Amino acid sequence: MAQTQSGAEGVHSLPALLHRNATQFGDAPAYREKEFGIWQCWSWAETAKEIRAIALGFLELGVEKGDHIAVIGRNRPAHYWSMVAAQMVGAVPVPLYQDSVAEEMAYVLEHCGAKYVVCGDQEQVDKVIEIQENLHQVKHILYTDKRGMRKYDHSQMNALDDIMAEGSAGHARFDAELDKRIAAITYDDTCVMLYTSGTTGKPKGVVLSNRNVIESAKNSAEFDHLTRNEDILSYLPMAWVGDFIFSIGQAYWCGFCVNCPESADTMMTDLREIGPTYFFAPPRVFETQLTNVMIRMEDAGKFKQRMFHHFMAHAKKVGGLLLDGKSVGFADRMKYALGNLMVYGPLKDTLGYGRFRVGYTAGEAIGPEIFDFYRSLGINLKQLYGQTEATVFITVQPDGEVRADTVGVPAPDVELKIDDSGEIHYRSPGVFVEYYNNPDSTASTKDAEGWVATGDAGFIEEGSGHLRIIDRAKDVGKMADGSMFAPKYVENKLKFYPDILEVVLFGNGKDRCVAFINIDLTAVGNWAERNNVAYASYQELAGHPRVLETIRAHVEAVNKSVAADEMLSGCQVHRFVVLHKELDADDGEMTRTRKVRRGFVEEKFSDIIAALYDGSGSVSTTTEVTYEDGRKGSISATLEIVDAPVVPVAQHKVAAE
Amino acid sequence: MLDSSEGYVTEDGRKIGGVVMEMKNITLRFGGVVAIKDISFDIREGEIRAIIGPNGAGKSSMLNVISGFYVPQEGEVWFHGAKRPPMRPYEVAQQGIARTFQNIALFEGMSVLDNVMTGRLSFMKTNIFQQALWKGKAEAEEGENREAVEKIIDFLEIQHIRKTPVSRLPYGLKKRVELARALAAEPKLLLLDEPMAGMNVEEKEDMSRFILDVNDEFGTTIALIEHDMGVVMDLSDRVVVMDYGRKIGDGTPDEVRNNQEVIDAYLGVSHD
Repeated sequence: MAQTQSGAEGVHSLPALLHRNATQFGDAPAYREKEFGIWQCWSWAETAKEIRAIALGFLELGVEKGDHIAVIGRNRPAHYWSMVAAQMVGAVPVPLYQDSVAEEMAYVLEHCGAKYVVCGDQEQVDKVIEIQENLHQVKHILYTDKRGMRKYDHSQMNALDDIMAEGSAGHARFDAELDKRIAAITYDDTCVMLYTSGTTGKPKGVVLSNRNVIESAKNSAEFDHLTRNEDILSYLPMAWVGDFIFSIGQAYWCGFCVNCPESADTMMTDLREIGPTYFFAPPRVFETQLTNVMIRMEDAGKFKQRMFHHFMAHAKKVGGLLLDGKSVGFADRMKYALGNLMVYGPLKDTLGYGRFRVGYTAGEAIGPEIFDFYRSLGINLKQLYGQTEATVFITVQPDGEVRADTVGVPAPDVELKIDDSGEIHYRSPGVFVEYYNNPDSTASTKDAEGWVATGDAGFIEEGSGHLRIIDRAKDVGKMADGSMFAPKYVENKLKFYPDILEVVLFGNGKDRCVAFINIDLTAVGNWAERNNVAYASYQELAGHPRVLETIRAHVEAVNKSVAADEMLSGCQVHRFVVLHKELDADDGEMTRTRKVRRGFVEEKFSDIIAALYDGSGSVSTTTEVTYEDGRKGSISATLEIVDAPVVPVAQHKVAAE
Repeated sequence: MLDSSEGYVTEDGRKIGGVVMEMKNITLRFGGVVAIKDISFDIREGEIRAIIGPNGAGKSSMLNVISGFYVPQEGEVWFHGAKRPPMRPYEVAQQGIARTFQNIALFEGMSVLDNVMTGRLSFMKTNIFQQALWKGKAEAEEGENREAVEKIIDFLEIQHIRKTPVSRLPYGLKKRVELARALAAEPKLLLLDEPMAGMNVEEKEDMSRFILDVNDEFGTTIALIEHDMGVVMDLSDRVVVMDYGRKIGDGTPDEVRNNQEVIDAYLGVSHD
């Protein structure tokens, strides 16, 4: 592939892009944050000034080239600015997941050797201080929210505001040095280091260069025709590669505005107020919104309900086609326009999608019904497939070729190949430099020619050229009789029911499959309220006989549909249990991006799995749980094991031959 | 004043100032019933002062005397070095005393924001006609008050319910809104009547943190009544213990905990 040496359009770093934006359209909004009930706005020129002040402050603190600066906090302009300021002084920003407990954070801080940490608030500072007791490497802690910080020992700690003020005051001493450092940044210098959440083992630090970030931002922005007039809402964890690319990479490349919510709880309100034109969310967000819409429609009057269902049925018929630019009859178009006036338009406004131009969902498979619901409203929701190691983009769905069951065609400049075992490999300008201090892992993931193994199994669909993902390659196994075991496929089918939040399927090497199921408290709780089912806790609701009956019906329906697939008919769920607790990242059962850690769950709940296979009717178990503040407790429960009807699979022997 | 010392420094390094309020030999009767009998104690600037005691000990009556709602038949209330004459509740509020109630007393139909705004009443100088026209001075005044209220909303982390009617909120949040309204009056002395009653452990932890933060950030003096002994002992600097209208203990949490009379009042004594 052709590699530019000077960088795209001669710009080879984020500070350089910042300078370009501040000079070319300095008055355009760059950041907004809702604070004290009002959206505060910073233009690109103001942003450049703020970031420079932070960078000067860093120099005053003595930050050296190549130092790592960790950033832990929620999505706030000051945190994004700190990352770019770190780049300005030649340091490497390392955003961390703010909801990590201290011990997880300790590993990452030690691994990257961060000497400076920017914390969002007192909670994060406390964690860093706790870590610092064993790890005497952090030289200085900075914090953005001053609340509760007055009594702390400030010999190695400052408010970010204060170092900005000091930096600005001393600018005469540091200006030359700062300009020198900015000028010294090359296209292949490290732009950011992001830790992968790791479904297996310890997190790995993925090093991305300026080339990776800028080329990926440029390609993807051109692919979707993003302009500097976009508005995005930044609410996903800053430590996740997607947020870095959307809120920094693409935002700086295109020059669009990044909007930060007031707090995590107000995200939905803020979404409605901003009405982003470009949006990204994991399937869970869309599922929750749809569930809420349906619950509220059930509370609406008869007339509204009938109107809603009537027009939604019409939207289902033609909405998707209209969005794809296919031909639709005149009468249907007129009816859709009427529906837009009466139902779709107001609904989109309520959801915050009134100005939605293009958006993506990724990370997990999204239910086809959910996906189609949004598209039928005229919301251009698409899917992409990506990884931290690829600087997000591997495949994306082009406009007009959007389907629920594929993840699209290779993104611009991405080469794709499927090896003999079915594992997907790719090569692109976004391919990461290395795993930090981990040459073995780097070598086993990336070969000499730059091809990266994704660890996912998939195939390219003939005809359309779209990629379809089957499962994590290492999760795909064989049942005792040799037929294929692909847990994700069955789990996703079950998760598409609003009642079911999470499923873990077991059966690798066994003669039949069993499953753990987590109910969705919002959906099932609402159902319980409607049906006068009293419950005092999650645990009690999860074990309610009528809930178990409903879930059993879902499993039965999924078994029927799985049986129809020749390759996977062996993966029907024979027995299942509804777990007494939600799988949680704090307990290590999931990653911070909410992917199930299969091996860990299998080990932790081995007693329940044993009971599922030995035919017993119930199992008593005690489970350790971790509270948000890191304390541990335990809950005990007796779980009922439910047998699910399966479709006989005599024919699957034929398929296995 | 009895005690003119300059105050003391707490274990966690907070400076407690001189006496701001002093109750001298207070006796309060309702007809023949003696609710409070000859009680004296003081509240110092910047401290968290708890009043505890079994049911019917006269705690809430004591708080009502402090807030000026009840006027004691005997005894004197000294505030900021001056004897306080009988006052109407709004006059007490203007002196810088605000309170929350044991049974939540919010405007159920109004939003959280509007409820908290009512706490700013004593800062509104424009009259009803100016406010109806909402021009010039009234508009500017509302802006200033709204800013102060937003800072409190941010402080108590209730941004997500800013526009929600109070009637739709769960109990724990209503308690927090009530605290917000009391804080909106920018009180020098904050009276909390059972701020944790009916809360679960998590809500109690949150509330405790907010009370400590209010004391720490704004330097507000706090007097509170509470049943949860764990909370009282953790939060307060000094504790007054009441039983049957009498004061049976006064001192630091540790002193009170080891006071035989207090132990008897709480655990009961055998009468044989």
